[in-house]
Amino acid sequence: MLLAIVLLPMTGYISTGFATAEEQQQQVQQTNPRADYWRMVRDNTNGYSAVKGRETNELIQGSGQNWRQLRNGPLAIFGSVIIGFTLAVLALFYMWRGRVELTHERTGKTVQRWTLNERRMHWITASLFVILAITGLSLLYGRAVLIPVFGHEGFSTYAALSKWTHNILGPVFMVGLFSMIIKWFGNNYLNKVDWEWFKAYGGMIGDNHPSAEKLNGGEKLWFWTLATAGVALCISGLVLDFPNFDQERELIQLSHLIHLLTAIVLISFAFGHIYIGTAGTEGALEGMVTGQVDTAWAEQHHDLWFKELEKKGEVNDPEK
Amino acid sequence: MARMKFLCDAERCIECNACVTACKNEHEVPWGINRRRVVTLDDGLPGEKSISVACMHCSDAPCQAVCPVDCFYTTDDGVVLHDKDICIGCGYCFYACPFGAPQYAQDGAFGARGKMDKCTFCAGGPEEDHSHEELDKYGRNRLAEGKLPLCAEMCSTKSLLAGDGDVVADLFRNRVVRREGRPEVWGWNTAYKD
Repeated sequence: MLLAIVLLPMTGYISTGFATAEEQQQQVQQTNPRADYWRMVRDNTNGYSAVKGRETNELIQGSGQNWRQLRNGPLAIFGSVIIGFTLAVLALFYMWRGRVELTHERTGKTVQRWTLNERRMHWITASLFVILAITGLSLLYGRAVLIPVFGHEGFSTYAALSKWTHNILGPVFMVGLFSMIIKWFGNNYLNKVDWEWFKAYGGMIGDNHPSAEKLNGGEKLWFWTLATAGVALCISGLVLDFPNFDQERELIQLSHLIHLLTAIVLISFAFGHIYIGTAGTEGALEGMVTGQVDTAWAEQHHDLWFKELEKKGEVNDPEK
Repeated sequence: MARMKFLCDAERCIECNACVTACKNEHEVPWGINRRRVVTLDDGLPGEKSISVACMHCSDAPCQAVCPVDCFYTTDDGVVLHDKDICIGCGYCFYACPFGAPQYAQDGAFGARGKMDKCTFCAGGPEEDHSHEELDKYGRNRLAEGKLPLCAEMCSTKSLLAGDGDVVADLFRNRVVRREGRPEVWGWNTAYKD
């Protein structure tokens, strides 16, 4: 009896408890139709528009802001830092190490390193790369660097020309790059020899001469960078270059970021490639200019390849 | 000093597209270019709503921030304008704009877009006011005549408001108080954050 007196009045709490629980449930299910509508706007829901065209039925497209932040912020800053850092490291390295000289006297005998067609392919692609890099960097950094120099009108004229050159030559570069990748694919499988080459710093540091095939580990690494980042660069470039296919903004923004990132990587890498091929190594440029390299150079830098040629008897002796 | 803003009252827009037509006619924009458009969500369903959208003349304009040739400028009235003589038609402003405002005369192969065109808040461009060049490149300069953008001026339901942000906000606040709804200031969070 006493228990009932205590408990009965408390049943009221139970019923109100159930009621509030139910209410809460209803509140979760009911949403404000106006708020729903604005949520749809923010979620970039497609509507209907009498104005026909690409994405005209979208009210707010938010990813453009992300693209803007990434392009103007991290990518522009890190791009200049990475490229500047590469140049500084190469300059310091040259001052410290100097040129990698030939360890033996030139023999006067030569072997063929690159055929005429290979050299044409290389130089055409290389010149296009340089033009595309300069015009591309002008569009990214020109506003900060070149407008103070040339003024708005002057830079605009140059930028219009840059944009046009970049857009026309881009696909030509792509043909060059793809033919190089196909042509030299077979020479670029990475193997144990390359691993040893990397462990010895490619002979760049110290006086040892690690073994290498026709292409050494560094050259193969450059090849694979081009075969991956370079291909991504070309494909993203095509997306940007042909707006006539009505691609949507999100794809364009993504492509632009990929294009920027891969371009920065390749430009930095290219500086290294140019340094080693010219100022960094004695006798290296001859191979790509004349096609012939001295046997002393071949034996020092690409011993395995040279031995093979020697076995085949493909050494040219001008005195014979 | 006035800070010009657009506001579209979604409770009033009836998707008549008169703002679109008025804009095209007033500025004689080329075929294919639409400085303004009306978008309807939930079209044909109960509660469908329409909004007229053009360049919102943002405070921190993304187009301005990404332009590689720096051709944009903000007038004292807070109107974002651009110089077509400087524009190289790269398309970056179109990538960045949340409202899809930048328009191009062409969308050709090899990135041939032509000069960018967008809503000028009926304020022309950098050329001399009311000059033939200004009319040719940017359309009519109503602001210099002391008039407001035509799209808003002729809106039959007064859904689209244009003018000084404070005045526009007051007008809208009065409406919201009378109809006991919550204010939904379309696009203002994106365009006028600060």
